[in-house]
Amino acid sequence: MEEKKEFWRWKEYNWHDENKDWKEASIVTAGVDVGSVSSQAVIMADGELYAFSNMRTGSSSPDSAQKAIDWAMENTSLTLDNIRFTVGTGYGRVNVPFAKKAITEIACHARGGNYMYGPTIRTILDMGGQDCKAIHCDERGKVTNFLMNDKCAAGTGRGMEVFADLLSIPIEQIGEMSLSVEKEPEPVSSTCVVFAKSEAMGLLRSGWDKNTVLAAYCSAMAHRIVTLLERIGVEEDFAITGGIAKNVGVVKRLEKEIGIKILEPKYDTQIAGALGAALFAKTLVEKGKG
Amino acid sequence: MITAGIDMGAKTIKVVILKDGEIIGKSIVIGGLDQKKSAEEAVEKAVAEAGITRDQIEKMVATGAGRGEVDFADSDITEVGADAKGAIKLYPSARTVIDVGAEEGRGIRIDSAGKVVDFSINEKCAAGAGSFTESMARALEVPLEELGPLSLKSTQEVPMNAQCAVFAESEVVTMVHNKIPKEDMARAVHDAIASRITSMVRKVGFEKDVVLIGGLAHNVGFVKSLEKDLETEVMIPEQPEFVGALGAAIAASGGA
Repeated sequence: MEEKKEFWRWKEYNWHDENKDWKEASIVTAGVDVGSVSSQAVIMADGELYAFSNMRTGSSSPDSAQKAIDWAMENTSLTLDNIRFTVGTGYGRVNVPFAKKAITEIACHARGGNYMYGPTIRTILDMGGQDCKAIHCDERGKVTNFLMNDKCAAGTGRGMEVFADLLSIPIEQIGEMSLSVEKEPEPVSSTCVVFAKSEAMGLLRSGWDKNTVLAAYCSAMAHRIVTLLERIGVEEDFAITGGIAKNVGVVKRLEKEIGIKILEPKYDTQIAGALGAALFAKTLVEKGKG
Repeated sequence: MITAGIDMGAKTIKVVILKDGEIIGKSIVIGGLDQKKSAEEAVEKAVAEAGITRDQIEKMVATGAGRGEVDFADSDITEVGADAKGAIKLYPSARTVIDVGAEEGRGIRIDSAGKVVDFSINEKCAAGAGSFTESMARALEVPLEELGPLSLKSTQEVPMNAQCAVFAESEVVTMVHNKIPKEDMARAVHDAIASRITSMVRKVGFEKDVVLIGGLAHNVGFVKSLEKDLETEVMIPEQPEFVGALGAAIAASGGA
């Protein structure tokens, strides 16, 4: 039997900085973000990014947290004992067995965004697997206001995964493919992902090619996010974190619709939460709480 | 006088033919890519069942989400109006009509003449419509028509945190992993839809008697959850999916 291809699967990987030696650092901290769809572990040496992992969340949060940190430590000679303080964040943050503290993902994304994009960042849009948050923060990465949708799959990574499967297109190619259309189609009109699926099937049957349907869906998703952003307002600099930040089809359309430049990411956008958590861990150690 | 009503639903097309207020023919077909063609097919089937010819139909009224597709109908009415007309014909004591179709849920309050007093619609979210049961039946690997009876066997209430049909699918995967019995998950799904529908119906301020129509009225599990939530019994016609088409046929005959 032919194995069913999982088009929604995105690349899971780990990384560490081979030019650095964690043993030279005085404080090694970690942040683990157990999200509803993906989990990341970030290890920092004296407040500098040293290693991370990015993987799919399994059915058990503690196991996912453990796997993520083990994978981040792979080939680094680090063990959990070398990590001074770990902060858990994300949907499963209270289920990180080796974390000494749990901090909300809102706070962590703001802090991580501040590290990734610098102190001029004022608005961070985190587009996660099962939620979407618009966060305002100050020059130190402290949250000043936020809005979130975690009730509905429209405008989340899960919605995009559903479309990847429906159209049999690897999720990482959706953005580029959606931009290859000559003429921008009308956005998919249904808000609900379930209804958008039937609408897309109808469009395909009526002769639309896959790229055009993807364009219509990316455009609908961008539009959905705009309505969330409009409620809180966008202050520049503006950046996107989370998995959808990697989808240029959504990012470019969003940028066009709001008329504000979205900063280019320098790091994997999915690690922002775990990065923020690891930074909080360092602060806690410095404050003598570790 | 012979009239016909055609209900162009999101998933199926229903036709009812009336002769002097009595149903003489009806049909249901799945709406295909060409809605107009499917509509023609539905009319032909109903005409055949009634044992009449198509030109004997004096007037035809269309309703449903796709009612604009039927250019052979003489006029059209809203789903809310059609539901009200059909429900009051079957149950003169009806004051609230709840219609749960594949992609839409409606709560309608009517007066003793079947006139619409107030209504509320959900057409935006699958979590309050029949599609939700379809995706859950797939996730639980249970045939759709068995989902209702299965949930009646449930012995415990399992909370469903997800308010979204897509998120609920992932939640079910976790529940399966945690060895939650299928019957309890089926019940959780019906409870979730019922709770959505109940809050929608409460918005219009429901009064007894309550009539439940639309395809989901066939699902005994949903009916049980809904009756529990509303704290009242609901009346269900024998063929709940035809009430909208019936209402349209009544409108075609000039009836209230």
